[in-house]
Amino acid sequence: MALKTEPFVLNIGPAHPSTHGVFRMRSTLDGEVIVDMEPVFGYLHRGIEKLAEERTYTGVIPLTDRLDYLASMSNNLAYCLAVEKLAGIEVPERAEYLRVILAELQRIASHLIAVGAFLNDCGAFMTPILYMIREREKILDLFDMVCGQRLTYNFMRVGGVSQDIPEEFLPALRRFVGQMPGFIDEYDRFLKENEILLARAKGVGILTREMAINSSAGGPVLRGSGVKWDIRKADPYSIYDRFEFDIPTGAAGDCYDRYRVRVEEMRQSVRIIKQAMEQLPSGPVRSEVPHLIHPPVGEAYAHIEAPKGELGFYLVSDNSIAPYRCHVRAPSLINLTALRDMVVGWKIADAIIIFGSIDICMGEVDR
Amino acid sequence: MNIINLGINNLGQPATLPPDWPGGFWWHWLVFTIIILAFVLSMVMGFIYFERRGMARMQARLGPNRVGPFGLLQPVADAIKVLLKEDIVPSKADKIVHWLAPVVAFVPVLLIFAVVPFQDGALLADLNIGILYVVAISSISTVGIFMAGWGSSNKYSLLGAMRGVAAIVSYEIPVVLAIAGVVMIAGSLSMNQIVLAQNVPFILLQPLGFLLFFIGSCAEINRSPFDLLEADSELVAGFHTEYSGMKFAMFYLVEYAEALAMSAIITTLFLGGWRGPILPPWLWFVIKVVAVFFVMIWTRTTLPRIRIDQMMALAWKFLLPLAMINLVITAVQVLVWPTAVPWVMIPVNLAIMAVLVVVWSKFFKLGWGRVEV
Repeated sequence: MALKTEPFVLNIGPAHPSTHGVFRMRSTLDGEVIVDMEPVFGYLHRGIEKLAEERTYTGVIPLTDRLDYLASMSNNLAYCLAVEKLAGIEVPERAEYLRVILAELQRIASHLIAVGAFLNDCGAFMTPILYMIREREKILDLFDMVCGQRLTYNFMRVGGVSQDIPEEFLPALRRFVGQMPGFIDEYDRFLKENEILLARAKGVGILTREMAINSSAGGPVLRGSGVKWDIRKADPYSIYDRFEFDIPTGAAGDCYDRYRVRVEEMRQSVRIIKQAMEQLPSGPVRSEVPHLIHPPVGEAYAHIEAPKGELGFYLVSDNSIAPYRCHVRAPSLINLTALRDMVVGWKIADAIIIFGSIDICMGEVDR
Repeated sequence: MNIINLGINNLGQPATLPPDWPGGFWWHWLVFTIIILAFVLSMVMGFIYFERRGMARMQARLGPNRVGPFGLLQPVADAIKVLLKEDIVPSKADKIVHWLAPVVAFVPVLLIFAVVPFQDGALLADLNIGILYVVAISSISTVGIFMAGWGSSNKYSLLGAMRGVAAIVSYEIPVVLAIAGVVMIAGSLSMNQIVLAQNVPFILLQPLGFLLFFIGSCAEINRSPFDLLEADSELVAGFHTEYSGMKFAMFYLVEYAEALAMSAIITTLFLGGWRGPILPPWLWFVIKVVAVFFVMIWTRTTLPRIRIDQMMALAWKFLLPLAMINLVITAVQVLVWPTAVPWVMIPVNLAIMAVLVVVWSKFFKLGWGRVEV
């Protein structure tokens, strides 16, 4: 006898432990299998793009902290690059190096949370994420030294950074850079070959190369699918052309590849920081920039390789003290567009880890 | 047989009492009921503290250390907190089922302890079918869990409860087959007799059986990595999502009491129960129970969760065939070498286990992956 069954709708989120904020997956389920999924977002909309039109160019920087709050330094950097491009402002050497060091530290911190949260979604009860938070804590301490903040830094300025680093920063950074590869090895020792993790993540949530490119994905999601595309190499901004580093890529485009790409990127970031630390010149950290910047009429788009993907700021100037339009190309949002194609056909448990492997930050998705 | 007759027909007749029962039947019943209640509740409190502190150590943090010395009173504080919480029943819940579920889940767990020997003969009822009774009673909790999932009228709860039923149905079989090996060696179903038969702990004579039983019982009581029922990252809290206040506390209690019960049964069946040198028997029993529970905490902090289809595959493709092979091997050993020296059988059995587990794990695939829709 065939029983009559029908799919049912399950709202995963917006208040759910694994939606990394207030994201909602309106899933249609057939038993445990996801038949259809509709991502719903907007629960964290704060109108940052509109607010930016009411502030001076410098005043927008604190707003960018609140976009991807796990990678505020990267947001600051992308915005400042856009304003500098718009107004044609030069940045001193030392400031460029400091920016690179801080951005790479931020990448490690963001990836630690991404990998930890992904493993938490896999059901590893808090252990990996707590070890990773232990290391992230050291990075936050470093940021605390340079700007007195642990989450929303508001440190970079148009034409440099807000202040020079304190003298205890470099020794602490050297210590951290010496320790970090050992910690990454430690994570790998426990997780890289973990039988359950392989069974859960390998081959799950495949984003093919074509799909990744077509959906304009970026960052580890794109590189996990085997596309060797990193804006630090493809369109070097700041002084990234002076450093040697590799672009780790995956092969299959599954959750495991995305996880591996993030771990390998942490190693590469440590490499970049080491080189930048050795080359760090002395000098001013900020060029002479007027308090109120009046960029010439025009528009500028600057993009960086943020931890989550290509983060771009598009600014339009009407020669006033505030941007006429400020648009954020948020990597989280764009990576999220491929979510439906990745989860359909998988089970709820898989959908959760696929979502976790994309690594989104709702502050950036909803703006 | 004597005792069964007593329990059913001749209640309270001193003439048929076994010699080691102090006082009359009712005194025995009263004393051991109080002992079991006190033991279960105090051990659960201890386990909660032990798990939280132990997990914290493994996770590079401190754990509760504010309430009382070393945070020892934390479980008490937690208990007071849940007692004072509002009891919320969803408006569309099946009220009676929702109310009954925690009770139905909790009672069987307590009943298990009736046949667990704390030392020689010190148990509420030395049933001659003791281990069969445990198997029968322990699956009743599932009814409570399913009632909770259904009665809550919540989709997460229902999914969790259905996973739970699927898990119990699948894992009961390898668990019972693993027990059968022990029973064959001991030659009795009575828990006390099984302990008395363990001149060598059965974990050494039945290493494969122990492994299967441990994995199976972890799955039955939803300990990680099989905690799909309440998978906090997927189903919020699974079957007890809609429970609050004292009813939630009951489910929390069930979770730890089940872990305690399974630890006690593993101790009795495989680790020689209360037997041990120097220390008093009941202390040995407690030490072994805590050691088994420690392994459960250890796996919980170490391993990610597996998926439901992988869990089913593990039960039917891995545990069940191995349990059957173990049963046949044990039967042959018991028949052919009934008086074999244990020190010869131990390495042989360990080698058999190693070969079987390694070979079998090469052959089978976990789960089936994506479904075309």
